[in-house]
Amino acid sequence: MKMVGEFFRNIFKNRMMLLMVLPGALWFLFFSYLPMLGTVIAFKEYRFDRDGFWASIVNSKWVGWQNFKFLFSTNDAFIITRNTLLYNIVFIFLGLVFSVLLAVILSEITNKRLSKIYQTGMFLPYFLSWVIVGYFTFSFLSSDRGLLNGLFNSLGIPPVQWYSESKYWPLILVLVYLWKAVGYNSVVYLASIMGIDRSLYEAAMIDGASKIQQIRAITLPLLKPIITIMTLLAIGKIFYADFGLFYQVPRNSGTLYGVTNVIDTYVYRGLKTTGEIGMSAAAGLYQSVVGFTLVMASNYIVRKYDKDNALF
Amino acid sequence: MSQRKKKERDFHNLSTPMNITFNLIAGIFAILCVFPFLFVVIISLTDEGTLAKNGYRLIPEQWSLGAYRYVFEMGDTLLRSYGVTIFVTVVGTIISLLFMSFYAYAISRKSFRYRNFFSFFAFFTMLFNGGLVPTYIIVTQFMGLKDTIWALILPLAVNAFYIMILRTFYATSVPEAIIESGKIDGAGEFRIFIKLVPPLSLPGLATIGLFSTLGYWNDWFNALLYIDNPNLVPLQSMLMRIETSLQFILQNAQNSSLGLEAMRSIPQDTSRMAMVVLATLPIIFAYPFFQRYFIQGLTIGAVKE
Repeated sequence: MKMVGEFFRNIFKNRMMLLMVLPGALWFLFFSYLPMLGTVIAFKEYRFDRDGFWASIVNSKWVGWQNFKFLFSTNDAFIITRNTLLYNIVFIFLGLVFSVLLAVILSEITNKRLSKIYQTGMFLPYFLSWVIVGYFTFSFLSSDRGLLNGLFNSLGIPPVQWYSESKYWPLILVLVYLWKAVGYNSVVYLASIMGIDRSLYEAAMIDGASKIQQIRAITLPLLKPIITIMTLLAIGKIFYADFGLFYQVPRNSGTLYGVTNVIDTYVYRGLKTTGEIGMSAAAGLYQSVVGFTLVMASNYIVRKYDKDNALF
Repeated sequence: MSQRKKKERDFHNLSTPMNITFNLIAGIFAILCVFPFLFVVIISLTDEGTLAKNGYRLIPEQWSLGAYRYVFEMGDTLLRSYGVTIFVTVVGTIISLLFMSFYAYAISRKSFRYRNFFSFFAFFTMLFNGGLVPTYIIVTQFMGLKDTIWALILPLAVNAFYIMILRTFYATSVPEAIIESGKIDGAGEFRIFIKLVPPLSLPGLATIGLFSTLGYWNDWFNALLYIDNPNLVPLQSMLMRIETSLQFILQNAQNSSLGLEAMRSIPQDTSRMAMVVLATLPIIFAYPFFQRYFIQGLTIGAVKE
């Protein structure tokens, strides 16, 4: 009894703060925690019940692991996992190489004003939505009007039906990704290069170190912590694909699904197009669970390596 | 004098050939980043007839403002979508700033007894989520937000990562001493938050506010999921829908005379590109002024409590 009284006294004492967290806490409850409970749908044959949400959940037939069995018995599970992982690995690796390279280049350019102008240009793609980027890609790849086929035509090369030939898409998607991400990431790396103590470079110059030697001996080693952290964080998210890139840029073209379908697009299509809600929920839960494991694992590694930069 | 200064600078900096190479690499990449936008602008200014003959060209045979005239005459859809996007962006940013700054401030205060619980409550959502299907079912069937403007606003309102950034910002930029002195003067917690905190944390709020604004302006995913009502379609989603309906009509055009009729109501290539330009223009004009906040967002996010 006394403890209950204590509890209410504490609630009262903290009432202002509790009131402040209330809207956000309710949001998390409805948009994050309820969906977590909703993952039971993956173990059910979901049927919408007219009595509303709870009735639908309760009255849907319990099917155990069947949705997962179906999912993994098709070829789809393999394809979407492979695509998601391979694309992300390439994105992480090439993204890192090009962003750091560009950041070093930007930091060394003598004319700071020009360097600022370049940065502003490179920053643009970050601010555009994937819908817009989809239109941009289309202006290059449209089979009858696109810039590339126009160029091919004037060179006497036969035109390519870009949106139905899947062999080109791994390259196209990687290029579009790099186009959108590298500018922004390099500016982030540039910010930490700018934080490096200038006197280190002065000392190196007095010792007669060339610019390349300075970059190798000072800039890159000092960037190593942030590179490690950014990479490990990206590895933690390797099971999540950028829905917009894989949905908007290939224009949802069915003949390309073999190389453009990733877990996120698969889940979306299962939900909205094909109506395989159970299987789509199963794929979503598979993504969440593996994703969670990967975040925990990569954070564990960061902690071991460099405690200050661990996520938690 | 200036001669010597120049020489000194040369000594300290990059050799000229390397400087030129670096400038070329950075410059070419910067141009590549901007080029697709410029190209779309060019297409939108091309005469439709020339386009049908030559395809998209860098230098069109004949320029024309026809596309823009068409877009402004047919203006209803575009204007309505603009309205939806502006409303959602303004209201959404205000709501998300209020929700997130309240939450972040409370969990940044050491005197708040339940701060650890609520920190974890927010943080855990960054590690694990229910996925699209349960979220969709809860938003549509439990909350009943389908085809309402709130389906475009609420799902983006709160973001645990931004809360963590703001919390760090409050913890480092609002000294406990100031809050204590406010308390001694007899101000309540809420009054302190309203009066004392915003001036001190303005850069953090501005950064998060801009991320929110950009998120709402560029959002099409929530409209794709939740919106069927043509009056509630935001800009980005409208651009998507034109494309989808065009493909549908093209596929069915041969079968019916209806196809041809419908074909006429769909904006031509140039007009669609004009809409893309009009949807992107506000961002193109705004972002150079705000870019430092977007860089800052990542650097303050990196600092842990």
